Amino acid sequence: MKFRLYRYHPESGEKPFMQDVDLDLDPAGKMLLDALLAIKAQDETLSLRRSCREGVCGSDAMNVNGKNRLACITPLSELKQPIEVRPLPGLPVIRDLIVDMEPFYKQYRSIKPWLINDDPEPEVERLQSPEDRALLDGAYECILCACCTTACPSFWWNPEKFVGPAGLLQAYRFIADSRDEATAARLDNLEDPYRLYRCHGIMNCVDACPKGLNPTEAIGRIKSLLVKRRV
Amino acid sequence: MKSATGSHTGTGTWLVQRATAVVLAVALPGLMIPFLAAMPLDFAGWQALFAPLWLRMLILLTGAALALHAWVGMRDIFMDYIHPTGLRLALYLAVMVTLAGSVVWLAAVLFGAALGSAA
Ligand code: SF4
Ligand code: SF4
Ligand code: FES
Repeated sequence: MKFRLYRYHPESGEKPFMQDVDLDLDPAGKMLLDALLAIKAQDETLSLRRSCREGVCGSDAMNVNGKNRLACITPLSELKQPIEVRPLPGLPVIRDLIVDMEPFYKQYRSIKPWLINDDPEPEVERLQSPEDRALLDGAYECILCACCTTACPSFWWNPEKFVGPAGLLQAYRFIADSRDEATAARLDNLEDPYRLYRCHGIMNCVDACPKGLNPTEAIGRIKSLLVKRRV
Repeated sequence: MKSATGSHTGTGTWLVQRATAVVLAVALPGLMIPFLAAMPLDFAGWQALFAPLWLRMLILLTGAALALHAWVGMRDIFMDYIHPTGLRLALYLAVMVTLAGSVVWLAAVLFGAALGSAA
């Protein structure tokens, strides 16, 4: 199988380049991560992140033939050769396929991704009705792989200021949570021409999400809540 | 600056963009009807077409909605791509002056001497 891999080793002083690799491998039933690990077995200088190898940890997001995907759940058989593998776009590259996730995490932290509830702790759990719990479906499943945010042109242009689809989806996850008491403060935190309204509904994020989530819809709901409390 | 927070603005601008989009979607096809029906070929024909006050008001309203819509769109483009604040402000100002000037000009044409006297 033919691959074209993005290679960058900052200590070498060389510019990033694309490396052509031929690998003798039967693609049947195998994922892209299997191939990358086989290549790494031949050339241990190839650097990439991975952990769970089953689409749960979100660490092996990369740009494959122009689309952001998780290597571990991307079947080799559905990829056109040469398979071009690059690091996620829009984030600084540390080496090869490893990017600096800090700008992404910084935006994630900015939405306070934890439950805010100052009521005295109940003796049992803070209970939710099945209906309230259902509001979190489609939001809590995010694995923070950054496939969506790094596919979003608005994030490319303003990574410092725009929260990005992953952060906004998580912001909505806590706004929608019946146990959270900080809804107004959360909306205040987002109501901003840059933090929220840089989203132009391009929907690259929906196309990219390997978990089938829909950040654009969550962003639309945040906007409706903001409109409702204003008009 | 420890943590980012919202500036509590932006919702109004977004609403203006949506509302003017609706106005334009209704008014632009609506305005085409009297034009296509009359198809004026000479000056007198044009004058007669623009004679009703309501039509001129509608055109002015549509022009204003178009200007507001264009303003939000241009502002979005500048916020996306033009990062030096001074340059962005200068471009905002240029667009505002151009759009406001165009609406004033449109009003002058619609309610000015040539058409006004014919009404
Ligand atoms: S819908 Fe919004 S958040 Fe999603 S990719 Fe487009 S601009 Fe980005
Ligand atoms: S929303 Fe989807 S693409 Fe975005 S970080 Fe979460 S799991 Fe990844
Ligand atoms: S290795 Fe965990 S998501 Fe791919």
